[in-house]
Amino acid sequence: MGERSKPDVLIVGAGHNGLVAACYLARAGLKVQVLERNPYIGGAAVSRKLYGDFTYSNCSYVCSLLRPEIMRTLELPRFGLQIIPYDGGCTMMRDGGHLALYDNHDALRREIARHSKRDAEAYDRYARDVIRQCKFIKPLLMREPPDPTSFKPRDIRELLYLGGHFQRLGEARMYDTLRFWTMSAADFLDEYFESEIVKAHMAGSAIIGTALGPRSPGTAYVLLHHYMGDIDDTVGAWGFARGGMGAVTRSLAASLQASGGTIRTSAGVERILVRNGRSVGVALADGEEISARLVLSNMDVKRTFLNTVDSKELPEDFLRQVRNFKIRGSSGKLNIALDGLPSFPAIPVGSPSTRGDMHVTDTIEMMERAYDDWKEGAWSRAPYIDMLIPSQIDPTMAPDGKHYMSVFVQYCPYQLASGPWDAAKRKAFGDTVIDTIAQHSPDFKSLILHAEVRTPFDIENEVGLTEGNIFQGELTFDQLLFNRPIPGYAQYRTPLRGLYLCGSSTHPGGGVMGAPGANAARAVLRDLRLTGT
Amino acid sequence: MVERRAKFDCIVVGGGHNGLACAAYLARAGRSVLVLEAAARLGGAAATREFAPGFRVSAGAHLLHQMPARLIDELQLERHGLRWAAQSMPTAALAAGAAPLLMDGERLDGPATPADVAAYQDFRSQMGRFAAALHPMLDSMPPRLGTDRWSDRLSLLGIGWRIRRLGRRDMRELLRIAGMNAYDLLTEHFSSTLLQGAFGFDAVLGSNFGPRAPGTVMTLLYRMAAQHGAGERGLALPAGGLGAVSDALAAAARAAGAEIRLAALVARVTVTNDRVTGVTLQSGESIAAGAVISSADPKSSLLGLLGPEHLDTSFVRRVHHLRTRGLAAKLHLALDGLPQFGGLPAAAGNARLLIAPGLDYIERAFNHSKYGEYSRAPALELTLPTVSDASLAPAGKHVLSAIVHYAPYELRGGWEQHRDAFVSGIIDTLEQYAPGLRGLVRASELLAPPDIEREFRIRGGHWHHADLALDQFFAVRPVPGATQHRTPLPGYFLCGAGCHPGGGVMGIAGRNAARQVIALADNA
Amino acid sequence: MNEASDVGAHFKQPLLTTPFHERERALSQVDSFVPWAGYTTVDVFTNVGQEYFAVRNACSVYDLTPMVKYRIAGPDASRYLNRLVTRDLRKLKINRVSYCVWCNDAGHIIDDGTVFRLDENEYRLCTAERQLDWFLDSAIGFDVQISEVTEQIAALALQGPTSCAVLNKLGLAGVERLKPFEFGWFDSSGMRIMVSRTGFTGDLGYELWVDPLHAVALWDALMAAGRSRGIRAIGSRALNMVRIEAGFLLPNLDFVSAESSVRLGTSRSPLELGLAWLVDFEKGHFTGRRALLEQHRQGLKRQLVGLDIAGNKPATNALLYTDRSGSKEIGSVTSAVWSPTCKRNIALAMVEAPHFALGSTLWAEVYLSRELVWERRMCRAQVVDKPFFAPERRRVTPPGDY
Repeated sequence: MGERSKPDVLIVGAGHNGLVAACYLARAGLKVQVLERNPYIGGAAVSRKLYGDFTYSNCSYVCSLLRPEIMRTLELPRFGLQIIPYDGGCTMMRDGGHLALYDNHDALRREIARHSKRDAEAYDRYARDVIRQCKFIKPLLMREPPDPTSFKPRDIRELLYLGGHFQRLGEARMYDTLRFWTMSAADFLDEYFESEIVKAHMAGSAIIGTALGPRSPGTAYVLLHHYMGDIDDTVGAWGFARGGMGAVTRSLAASLQASGGTIRTSAGVERILVRNGRSVGVALADGEEISARLVLSNMDVKRTFLNTVDSKELPEDFLRQVRNFKIRGSSGKLNIALDGLPSFPAIPVGSPSTRGDMHVTDTIEMMERAYDDWKEGAWSRAPYIDMLIPSQIDPTMAPDGKHYMSVFVQYCPYQLASGPWDAAKRKAFGDTVIDTIAQHSPDFKSLILHAEVRTPFDIENEVGLTEGNIFQGELTFDQLLFNRPIPGYAQYRTPLRGLYLCGSSTHPGGGVMGAPGANAARAVLRDLRLTGT
Repeated sequence: MVERRAKFDCIVVGGGHNGLACAAYLARAGRSVLVLEAAARLGGAAATREFAPGFRVSAGAHLLHQMPARLIDELQLERHGLRWAAQSMPTAALAAGAAPLLMDGERLDGPATPADVAAYQDFRSQMGRFAAALHPMLDSMPPRLGTDRWSDRLSLLGIGWRIRRLGRRDMRELLRIAGMNAYDLLTEHFSSTLLQGAFGFDAVLGSNFGPRAPGTVMTLLYRMAAQHGAGERGLALPAGGLGAVSDALAAAARAAGAEIRLAALVARVTVTNDRVTGVTLQSGESIAAGAVISSADPKSSLLGLLGPEHLDTSFVRRVHHLRTRGLAAKLHLALDGLPQFGGLPAAAGNARLLIAPGLDYIERAFNHSKYGEYSRAPALELTLPTVSDASLAPAGKHVLSAIVHYAPYELRGGWEQHRDAFVSGIIDTLEQYAPGLRGLVRASELLAPPDIEREFRIRGGHWHHADLALDQFFAVRPVPGATQHRTPLPGYFLCGAGCHPGGGVMGIAGRNAARQVIALADNA
Repeated sequence: MNEASDVGAHFKQPLLTTPFHERERALSQVDSFVPWAGYTTVDVFTNVGQEYFAVRNACSVYDLTPMVKYRIAGPDASRYLNRLVTRDLRKLKINRVSYCVWCNDAGHIIDDGTVFRLDENEYRLCTAERQLDWFLDSAIGFDVQISEVTEQIAALALQGPTSCAVLNKLGLAGVERLKPFEFGWFDSSGMRIMVSRTGFTGDLGYELWVDPLHAVALWDALMAAGRSRGIRAIGSRALNMVRIEAGFLLPNLDFVSAESSVRLGTSRSPLELGLAWLVDFEKGHFTGRRALLEQHRQGLKRQLVGLDIAGNKPATNALLYTDRSGSKEIGSVTSAVWSPTCKRNIALAMVEAPHFALGSTLWAEVYLSRELVWERRMCRAQVVDKPFFAPERRRVTPPGDY
């Protein structure tokens, strides 16, 4: 396949951000090669056939955050990406009741009104405030955060932009923004809703992927982060990738190849080679060395600098900060092949609710107690789950009449207080989740054909994400904007010339968004003076 | 109904330390001032109370360490009777059945590794630099956000400049840790759980958080910045308890010409043509004034004394949603003898004692409060004021004063049901650190948040009046529309702990409110 | 086993139907329905022109049931409402109605509606959109209960010159004595009907409020009584024409509710909407008062005005300019219609200062389709007084049989 001449850019890791960066660089005319450790590409955006003819989106499972401008510029639809929306969603309650979320505004209002008339209308204020904040943050997503300690014109310009952006809001909305960025989801939701079930349902997205509980300050921001896909007013912004999340990375790979980039799988990078403070290429596990002008790491900041770069090459202060960067495993995942569609007696027959995200945590307290278990180094005895059956919408995910269920689980620690993970503990964790679901679905257990149980430890081993953290680093305010990942190195550049970060450890963070990859590529192109921006 | 026609320039509602400081500054600036205190004695929560025959204790805060030295000098509080029973008190982090860790300024003695000792000194000096840079922010009135006024913009720029002056390295670190949680920061620095716990306790003291909550480094910085202003005196114990501070403030105010009336409960402030023009007492008496300054908490001041009908809906909503539920209780024990805390050197007999052996200990204590339960194993700050000030108890007897974390305002089942079990649990905890203490207890008094609410007229029983959290802090404290000590109504001001910089016996809010009242009158 | 419940199966019928729905469906010839406040309502029954002329020439029936109704009661009800709305309601007597607007803290309008004083401490507030959240938060500190009663009350608007005559024929004795903005209770063949002399047409007319159980009987009785008086059911399209002629505003068309706006700078004050007559600065405090006073002091940057536009093509959504060349944009049309009664091409438009002064000439950019060939026209427009149509009969008491 083509000549083996020296590539301009090597990208370590064929996750979605690595591929996004690769695509942008290849389109700018650079010779790009992506190196992937696994025999398949995709990182945490994969579709895998692990049982029969079932397709598992076995890591990330919904496509809500992928920036539309990236999809458009990289022509992902032309290369096979199709996002299909789903409607509905619900939380089933321990007393047999439920709260459904409907797309139709009036149906939703009357549904919430069953639980609280006031909340039914407060929901509009809540949605308005969320949209206002998303609109405020959106322009920041695709920008490089400024370094507030720098006197460079670009940084000062960006700081002034940020300041002006904020100042324009006026006092009341600045206050709202501050509340969003600093409050706990529980306190925040208390300002809108009175009904426990409504609050519990809304709070779910505030804890997904994070080592915080709904009462921890800063979780309102995580909530917002998950809503970011909702704002583009375009149909199909939120939904399943047809064919599973692997379709995202497959289309990126195809887009890359069409622009002349190449991908090597089963090519695990052992070391990033450094000469005179400059990265000059990589060494693979089998000893092969590939040199290149630039290296972009799609790995998280810890894996990049603590495992792949010789520590002698890095300032001690920087290394200390890398060690202090918080990447915590807090989520597990079950992928389940089902012989048929399980029934959920709490949900009316024919409801769209079961075609969306389903939950079983009906109070904030239950969610917070699930977090308390995690703090003590145990998986939650009554975990928060985000459960979807994509095969109802996407027929390619399972054989006819069968179904694929994706169950995201919060909380599950990377390290158990009781000692290392083993097969028995993994099974016990899986059983906890399955029992939790079975409490709401009497036939669920009898329909299970196969279940893949993934702990943070497994996710780290397979995907390479430190501690299996889905965001490549906690989304707390000490790790956002100019602090992400390391103060002074928030602009995709690193202490080593020629080495860049392009993964979710960088601004604006995790989720299958692609913004870090696109921003990193822009930083590279600017350094190479290949763009005017 | 008596209609009193005397008119004052200023009426200060509430004779707590902030109200008195405000009155003193106003009177010194030549204003005629009337202070109205609902209770029969002054001081609010900064008072000394007799909780058992012959035993007296500081009712709320039991140490003075945040009042700026400059304020004490300006108001000549020492001339007005303030004396010190102890100054520069050390802190001892207690360990059950083991030697405590003694922190005395730069010195760290006790079971700590050399690495921890070095880390302690580094951390102290770094936090000291931050505290020095941040203290002016705490001491002065924050700018108002989103205005076009140059004074506000300059003030913001000034803050940016002070932080920049720290140098790039410190500045980056400050920006990183400002939003962090104490748990992570302290485990980054120290290996000793006792040391982690001691700083962790300071980070959550008086707040509604556990050490894992993001934002708790900010509360730690806040505390250190406040202490920075107190200067050399450090942790100090006024002779006669904290009530002596209020007495000195009252004396200073009176000396400057202020009039103080006790047992004068203000029922509401009077509004004429969209302006506050005075107050009406519960007795029916109306008193007119050019300005009314309330040291009560924001909810009482705005929703109670003033009333929503004079305010806009969103503003009322904001005030209504202020998080004002107290989480700390105060326990007072009358003791027949001095309790013996294991391993505590005699020289440290007057130390502030902490029972917070580790961050997980505090976090677990916090867990209960999230579900409306009191902490089974609470975190405690103890003082034995009688060690330095024998006047507080009969000869040979002692007083133990404890701040207890966590005791939620809304306890499941209600406080009356759990009060005795809670007190007994605290004494059990104390017993582990000072064996034999239980036998010394002759009387006890628990002030749970509902008691604090009732005794000191603070809605929610929160000594900061409103949580110190990032969204209730600095330029947005207590809420937009009521910052910079002003309210939506001309003539009505706030000077209590609900204003920047919050609770703790500082007097800054009172002083800054007085300055604001004067500045606005001068500009009018 | 697994018998699923049907509780909360709102997905089966996202929109509710009003108690008149069966009758309306029977009359609907073009099957044109639109959602309004959670209900299915008729947009057009047969033909917009005929429905329009029923209002101006005879008598029209419009289903008002989706109008959101709140019951506000309690010792502080009067104080509460007076702090909520910009008008002085202290003077509102029992059995009287007041048209009001309410604002947020910034003095921007949230919505308009009508307040009915039912009793000393009991009111009904009718609005186009739901806003319980705002009403409840406005009640912090007031001893007042607020509940939505929309589903408990069916309502019809009977509007047009013959409306009083129809009600008399229905046997509502004394209905002719109702003055504008007055209401009373009447009995007719076992039905208790609340009748208010209010409406959204700017013409003689009434609104009828009954228990939903009597809805169909009322409909049938009205239709029978009105047969000889040209009664006709009308849909929202015809109503929209007459309300523009009458100069009435429609939320989400002429203004966006300040509590639901997302962007900065899109919400408007009552002063800007030309509703200064509804704002009473002397009555004591109300939400938004201080901001409105400030705006009043500074002068208006823009105002909603009536326009008379050349040509006969409604200038819907047209941008407005200072001159024919279209170089300087100064506003936009919010509602527009060709008025068949006035024979004028009229519009409501938000216009920047100083161009909103009465008599100013502006230019409207109108797009015309000539059999799908589109043309851009700059049409001369003049700022004129509202309402565009205000017949004397709307005020006369007792009304004649027009």
